[in-house]
Amino acid sequence: MIRFENVGLRYGTESEVLRDISFTLPPGSFHFMTGASGAGKSSLLKLMYLAHRPSRGLITLFGRDMARVTRAELPEMRRQIGVVFQDFALLDHLSALDNVALPLRMGGAPEADTVAHCTEILRWVGLGNHLHAKPSTLSGGQQQRVAIARSVINRPRLLLADEPTGNVDDGIGMRLLYLFEELHKLGTTVVIATHNEALIRRFDHPHLHLDNGRLQVVPARNPRWG
Amino acid sequence: MALFLLGRPSDLPLAKDPSSRFLAWITALMVFLAALALAGAMVVSDMARRWDNGLAGGLTVQIAPLPGAPVAPLDERVEAALTVLRAAPGVRTATALDAAATARLLEPWLGPEAGDPLLPMPRLIDVATDGPVDVPGLTLRLKSAAPGATLDDHAVWLADLRAFAGAVHLAALGVVGLIGGAGVMTVVFSVRAGLAIHRHVVELLHLMGATDRYVSRQFETHVVGLTLRGGLIGLLLAVAALAGTLRASQELRASLLPDLALAPWQWAALALVPLAAALLARMTARWTVLRTLESLP
Repeated sequence: MIRFENVGLRYGTESEVLRDISFTLPPGSFHFMTGASGAGKSSLLKLMYLAHRPSRGLITLFGRDMARVTRAELPEMRRQIGVVFQDFALLDHLSALDNVALPLRMGGAPEADTVAHCTEILRWVGLGNHLHAKPSTLSGGQQQRVAIARSVINRPRLLLADEPTGNVDDGIGMRLLYLFEELHKLGTTVVIATHNEALIRRFDHPHLHLDNGRLQVVPARNPRWG
Repeated sequence: MALFLLGRPSDLPLAKDPSSRFLAWITALMVFLAALALAGAMVVSDMARRWDNGLAGGLTVQIAPLPGAPVAPLDERVEAALTVLRAAPGVRTATALDAAATARLLEPWLGPEAGDPLLPMPRLIDVATDGPVDVPGLTLRLKSAAPGATLDDHAVWLADLRAFAGAVHLAALGVVGLIGGAGVMTVVFSVRAGLAIHRHVVELLHLMGATDRYVSRQFETHVVGLTLRGGLIGLLLAVAALAGTLRASQELRASLLPDLALAPWQWAALALVPLAAALLARMTARWTVLRTLESLP
């Protein structure tokens, strides 16, 4: 699914924020990503959702060497990646339903199906009564659920989440993690960046630990995959 | 407000941009000016064509009164000139205008007094040709048969007229081109402003897998909506101004100007100006967005 080999990333002429990153995420795997603030979690996620190209090294995504992927091919690949941004990145002028519908509309899905699917998933995350609410009228937790609904509406092959439970109470956080677990069971590869030690302990998955730009893969206590 | 297909809101909140407000009004002004320039060119073109058709293929003989000169009376010289003309090769008809008809021709310049019998009015002979005429030879024969006769083959008039019509066409084309150029620059500015204002949204859509064309369509829809709205306002103003001008020209008492009017197809051509403006704006918006988005990874 994803393979990083000796990947480095620097912004401009600054020193590298990621150094010699090498790991492989098999299809259908579930990983947490941990590390202190400034360790490089967001930068690594940006490489994974194709916001940046690496300064060096090799990235293979969905079986494609990213160095050989043309710019015209990137949108199609990006649509196979669901991202939950740390700041939710909802469009304030659009309703919850229209925000969630963005990935489907970009992919050219029929409008009737789009509305039906978005309504269904918003009901599932507990926002059935807020379909047409603008993000500014929703609480932080509700906005986060809209962001998560948007990231999974497309049934992505890869789901990346940056602190997805940072603004919700433990109960909702747990419910969201169960949603990610459901997607994982359906075959989606999941990577969740989090500081929440309780979640990491509760869900026994391996985690990618970043420390000062270097990565260490910490296996699950009871590995379920090789 | 730019509605995307099916009436759902645009992913980009372009309608609230400051540039959106002025783009419609700038387009209204540009369409107004372009429509007037085109209408002016069409009116002048029609006028020149009518004059051209009236003058080409014809000659005019003028026989001056020459009071006090030892020559035959005016009517006899007119008859002599008609005899020469009717015998000349290439002449189809030669018709002498009577004093009343001549007075009518001069009325725009001299007023009702043009019919005063005390005025020493020349006599005119309208000659229609159906083949080449030896103008120098005919001139000599006319002067011999009817002293005081001059032959005008309208060559100078026609050349001046054609040069004038060509200049007007070029000027109108230049004005329309300048307006189009200004319109393109306005749209480029407006779209770039929109891209800068909504940069974070554009980048988000880009990261979510939006193609450059998906983003550019949002701008195209928005810009086409504004330019169509502004263009229609500009067209209505131009039609009102033209209708008023044409009506005023028809009410002139002494008809110095020929009949000014636009044919139905010319009005229809003017109606296409807002559509052309919208099409130009759409192509410009697409080009601007695609060029700008090339910088994104």
